[in-house]
Amino acid sequence: MTLLTVNDLWVRFPTRQGVFDAVRGISFELGQERLGIVGESGSGKSMTGRSILQLIRKPGVVQAAEISFQGRNLMELSERDMRSVRGNEISMVMQDPKFSLNPVMTIGAQLMEAYLQHNRDSRQNARNKCIEMLEAVSLRDPERVMDAYPHEMSGGMGQRIMIAMMLIPDPKILIADEPTSALDVSVQRQVLSIMDRLVRDRGMGLIFISHDLNLVAEFCDRVLIMYAGRIVESCPASKLREAKHPYTRGLLNALPRLDNPRTHLEVLQRQDDWTHAALEETQ
Amino acid sequence: MVSVTSQPEEGRKSAPFPAWLRKFLTTCGSIAATMLGLLLVTFVIGRVMPIDPVLAIVGERASQESYDAVYHQLGLDKPLMVQFFYYLWDVLHGDFGNSLLTARPVSQDIARVFPATMELATLGVVIGMFLGIPMGVLSAVHRGTWIDQTIRVLTLVGYSMPIFWLGMMGLLLFYGILGWVGGPGRLDIFFEGLVPSVTGMVLVDALLAGDMDVFWNGFSHLILPASLLGYYSLAYISRMTRSFMLEQLSAEYITTARVKGLSERQVIWGHAFKNIRVQLVTVVALSYANLLEGSVLTEIIFSWPGIGSYITTALLSADMNAVLGGTVVVGLIFICLNILSDLLYKIFDPRAK
Ligand SMILES: Nc1ncnc2c1ncn2[C@@H]1O[C@H](COP(=O)(O)OP(=O)(O)OP(=O)(O)O)[C@@H](O)[C@H]1O
Ligand SMILES: [Mg+2]
Repeated sequence: MTLLTVNDLWVRFPTRQGVFDAVRGISFELGQERLGIVGESGSGKSMTGRSILQLIRKPGVVQAAEISFQGRNLMELSERDMRSVRGNEISMVMQDPKFSLNPVMTIGAQLMEAYLQHNRDSRQNARNKCIEMLEAVSLRDPERVMDAYPHEMSGGMGQRIMIAMMLIPDPKILIADEPTSALDVSVQRQVLSIMDRLVRDRGMGLIFISHDLNLVAEFCDRVLIMYAGRIVESCPASKLREAKHPYTRGLLNALPRLDNPRTHLEVLQRQDDWTHAALEETQ
Repeated sequence: MVSVTSQPEEGRKSAPFPAWLRKFLTTCGSIAATMLGLLLVTFVIGRVMPIDPVLAIVGERASQESYDAVYHQLGLDKPLMVQFFYYLWDVLHGDFGNSLLTARPVSQDIARVFPATMELATLGVVIGMFLGIPMGVLSAVHRGTWIDQTIRVLTLVGYSMPIFWLGMMGLLLFYGILGWVGGPGRLDIFFEGLVPSVTGMVLVDALLAGDMDVFWNGFSHLILPASLLGYYSLAYISRMTRSFMLEQLSAEYITTARVKGLSERQVIWGHAFKNIRVQLVTVVALSYANLLEGSVLTEIIFSWPGIGSYITTALLSADMNAVLGGTVVVGLIFICLNILSDLLYKIFDPRAK
């Protein structure tokens, strides 16, 4: 079942040197699956994620033939209707838990706000629901976490709290924008597997943004490779090794492999024509 | 970062005092040290000024005996250290000596003029705060639009216009031509002395006595100079609010709040604004302290018998006791407001605990 259809999406920034296109006419679909978006820094991954939620900051502009969620075109919704989609239907976890939680509000207040924004319920029920959710992301002593402030949490705890917060209203799609890149490696796995389990149990669609090709290949069903605002390759994660586009090949060759150790890693050589190359499907 | 499961602070150390008591004592200690420094400075100023306090009392043509008698009486023949302790002792008992001009104890003079300034400054800062903060927030939210520009021009005018000119124009327009407000002074002459002076603040005294006529008359006199001072502090408060808000609005947690589906109003007031309260407390306290110092020009234009004009008059007539007394009181206010803003800081910022 298709949850989200993105068709010819552009994100533009007017600058002094003229209009800068951060995302340049990309199209993709998302079902109840885990879709990875990989690309180097500045390739437009975050802008793609944010434009789905219509959260590009001014002066940025989003243009698209359609961004359809379950048959509704989000491009045509009023800001008010869009607000009932945000959090409730589509949610997003951001990169650094240290900055994405409000430092002067208790964790509990922030969790309850996320739930009560979309559900008419008593505060007591909301609190119970939040505690349940904190347990679901494997946090010990959730009662205590509820009354704590963000600065009293470690990075891994913070990101699990973010995941709990974004899943509380039971959305259909979760966009995770490099959710683990601010964490150290051992915690990364832990947080990812929690997210993975929750998303699968609920039959959600996941857009997992990362620059780590290995991680994406491991955690996702399908992968989009972005380069300079375009999708240059789209393939099932299992077929990644057979990818054709030279940029993807370059990325793969630049990765260390356990099954085929090499003495030196190749440096990626960019070519101008990748920027203009059309999408190549590898099915 | 500390994990929540770690031990609370008190449990770990075996200090002789509980933490709050130690904190309290440190605070008291630092207040005492600051006060001592302030008194030392005013004492030294009093001694180095080329004004002979004895002559000021006995007059130019007094005999040598009476001069010496007063010299001895004032303790001026003692070493400087001893003199300082006398001074300290007196001040601690609220004794700043007599004023030359009014021939009354300086402490009584200050008790009379300070409430007038306090009344003016309080209303002024309240106006500045209740207009300045929303204006600053609005300005930040609509950054770069005509709303932002208008507010910026308005506050710039408040910053750069000479206050006496604004005062004169205000009086001319609202008192002289329109007759909407009372003129200079704190009350119309027929209302003077109708209510007993308890706090020295006309509005408060009128309320205590339950006399609304006096209250409204006092208010009509107060509102124009207070608005003027309010306008002045509004300029500062709104500019600071704007820059604090801009900083918060670009923070990542604001995006989180939007992702949750919150309305713009919830994002701005429920999230961003909560984070600037700490900084605003300091800004408002600073504005208040500035107004409490007494704004000389406003007090002179509006014949307001406040501490600003008191100290200035005393300074011009070399009335050193009055000047020093006034200075100590102003210093004390700064210290008190500092402590207050520190306290509020701890309430608003969970990280400061
Ligand atoms: N306000 C802005 N004005 C102009 N250009 C912008 C603005 N914000 C972002 N961009 C540009 O948009 C492009 C895409 O940015 P985006 O944040 O999507 O990159 P990314 O793929 O997420 O990179 P990273 O891996 O570093 O997070 C970048 O080249 C950036 O320079
Ligand atoms: Mg990014």
